[in-house]
Amino acid sequence: MSFPQGGIHPPESKFTAADAIVTLPLAPELHIALHQHIGKPANPLVKVGDEVKKGQLIGESDGLISARIHSSVNGKVKKIDKLKNALGIPQPTIIIIPEADQPPHELPPEPESEMDLAQFSAEQIVKAIQDKGIVGSGGATFPTNVKYMVPDGKSADTLIINGVECEPYLTVDHRLMLECPEQILSGTELLRKALGVERAIIGIEANKPDAITELTNRAKSHPHVSVQALEVKYPQGAEKQLIKAITGRETPSGKLPLDVGCVVNNVGTAMMVYQAVVHEEPFIDRVVTVSGNAVAKPGNYLVPLGTPISYLLEQAGVELIHGMKLILGGPMMGKAVSHIDGPVIKGTSGILVFNPDEASRPAEKPCIRCSRCVHACPMGLEPYFLSALVRTGNYVDAYPQSIMDCVECGSCVYICPADKPLLDYIREGKFKIIQDRRKGKLK
Amino acid sequence: MSTAAQANSSKKDLLKVSLSPHISGGASVNKIMWAVNFALLPALAVGIAMFGWSALILSIICVGFAVLTEFVLAKYIMKKEVMISDGSAVLTGILLAMNLPPAFPWWMAAAGTIIAIALGKMVFGGLGQNVFNPALVGRAFLLASFPQQMTYFIEPGSQNWNLTGQSLWNYISQSGAENISSSVDAVTAATALGEFATKASEAASSSVPFVESYTTLDLFLGNIPGSIGEISALALLIGGLALVIRKVIGFETPLSFLGGLALITGIFWIADPNAYTDPLRHILSGGAMLGAWFMATDMVTSPMTVTGRIVYGLFGGILCALIRLFGSYPEGCSYAILIMNALTPLIDRYIKPKRFGSKTVPKTQEA
Repeated sequence: MSFPQGGIHPPESKFTAADAIVTLPLAPELHIALHQHIGKPANPLVKVGDEVKKGQLIGESDGLISARIHSSVNGKVKKIDKLKNALGIPQPTIIIIPEADQPPHELPPEPESEMDLAQFSAEQIVKAIQDKGIVGSGGATFPTNVKYMVPDGKSADTLIINGVECEPYLTVDHRLMLECPEQILSGTELLRKALGVERAIIGIEANKPDAITELTNRAKSHPHVSVQALEVKYPQGAEKQLIKAITGRETPSGKLPLDVGCVVNNVGTAMMVYQAVVHEEPFIDRVVTVSGNAVAKPGNYLVPLGTPISYLLEQAGVELIHGMKLILGGPMMGKAVSHIDGPVIKGTSGILVFNPDEASRPAEKPCIRCSRCVHACPMGLEPYFLSALVRTGNYVDAYPQSIMDCVECGSCVYICPADKPLLDYIREGKFKIIQDRRKGKLK
Repeated sequence: MSTAAQANSSKKDLLKVSLSPHISGGASVNKIMWAVNFALLPALAVGIAMFGWSALILSIICVGFAVLTEFVLAKYIMKKEVMISDGSAVLTGILLAMNLPPAFPWWMAAAGTIIAIALGKMVFGGLGQNVFNPALVGRAFLLASFPQQMTYFIEPGSQNWNLTGQSLWNYISQSGAENISSSVDAVTAATALGEFATKASEAASSSVPFVESYTTLDLFLGNIPGSIGEISALALLIGGLALVIRKVIGFETPLSFLGGLALITGIFWIADPNAYTDPLRHILSGGAMLGAWFMATDMVTSPMTVTGRIVYGLFGGILCALIRLFGSYPEGCSYAILIMNALTPLIDRYIKPKRFGSKTVPKTQEA
């Protein structure tokens, strides 16, 4: 089972799939960004010199599309300032110096056998998600509670939990499914209840047979939760493609999953929800895959949020050399790191280190109209055409050609024999259209 | 912060940065073009084996002049990067040679190749920019300029492989004005397509049914007169299927082209089998197989969507059949493809891939 249209099969490169999650030692200084999510940055609640406790609320969400920020450690606020994040963009950040003695960072424990999830009401669950700063941990970092506030006139019938992890290299979700299956299933139960639907389906690609077996066996004691094995194809983890693969429903252009009765969350998010609701623990650490040929100790590290990437790389035995590329996330959709002291945040699923010979994109050659980009596009777009329209300044004409539907999965560029930077132009076109819309020039 | 981390910080400006994706599938234009070149070799080998040394000389002439023309134009006239290693000039050369009769004068072939590369490809800006298949532009030019030589075919196996200096000189020094047969020592022959036309005219004037010289098996294997690369349907099929299996081309264009050809010729054959040849023989003769698998599938000049290619192939096949049955030339394959090349931008404009999320009514309450 898979989504029918488009898609590619990049090498999986899941080198760290067998590496159990290990806790990273604490960095000497944590840079806790107030903007770790989509939406507005949180407002700081502490000032320089304050003592903070692990899990203490230090940033209050600003409005609906925002999220709370908590301290990852016991420590003292050294500074509150605008600091560059990993992408080089200055963000309000709280710098905390941890105390020498710290309670350890651990994965959430399994639920006790007599624990009854029924004791939590839907309202309690949504409130805990909001209070504990839970956002999508797959990378998009959308505030999770917002997805469970179903507007009037809309209704959901299916909760989909995304265990696809279709990005090459990344093994975070895979490890969590193996090491915290009961926590994920309980989190799924809680989310299902919060949404008020009868069925929850966990989608996992067939390249993770151990995770499929583990969750399928354990799901037998969760009557509303089932596991759906999916054929391996990128970008199956994209929301619209996953909904199509599992339910056969196509989310219309410009609409949300809720418009086809679905809500999608990541397995990591489900685990965080379990932790927030049952253990009342906020989102203060996460698992990060560190991988790539240049990494001496690749693995899956449990990292306190705010840990500088440079510290994480040092612990993983990375020797940075001229011309390397660091990627935040997977190689298909991840962003290149330009500032290595930027912190690990809630959406940091992986850090990949590419050697100089892997870091460069090949030079572009003439398009021979092979049409592979058209066939690879999971959204049914014509990447060659859209990029040509933007390149020649005709981005307005790309709008009726559905350019805004592009999910930026990169399949077209990956498959292109002429190594055209198709997606660069499509992004530029989307950006210009959004700008024009804001100015009222485009409807 | 530790010293190692600080050392790392000092190197931060040395990181490479780009937009995603950060990996590439490793496909390349060169690999695609050379894959097509290799896929053509079985059919070319059959042509050379059947027709002898002049077929080999013509192939070398066409490939050589194609590469030379592109090199000179790119380097000295257009002053742009020379990309002859991408294999596309070689491909045009091989395809044009395969479209020539085996005893064709070499200097005409050279002229046709120069036209194919210069007017068929480089004048538009080079690889990927041309509207028409360059090899077919060359062929159309030669057919218009030298109709007699372009329709002069020899019997397979009739040319002597014991090449002497005299016979080679006769071939090289021919002007094209004299009778070709005297220059290549070979037996002239009518092609299967020529016979199809004769059959139709005979049926109108005579009550005795016309008997064709070649069995369907001959047509399939290639034991027939014709252009160098078109005779063996089997060898072309092997090359074509290899490209489909390697996912260089799709099967939709060749099958719809041959389907369109079979459809029209089939209708006439059912209506009057005495005057018209059956559709299988039409598919196996002339340039239909070469055109369907290797010329209509030229990526640069054919549509981008599967539906578009089916429309393109189907109409191409229908046009080919109509030219064969009613045109003044016995073969219409190359003109049919050229006409469809011209329609490709139109097809791409109106036939779009199915956009995800279109024409779907959201169903929210099915459970």
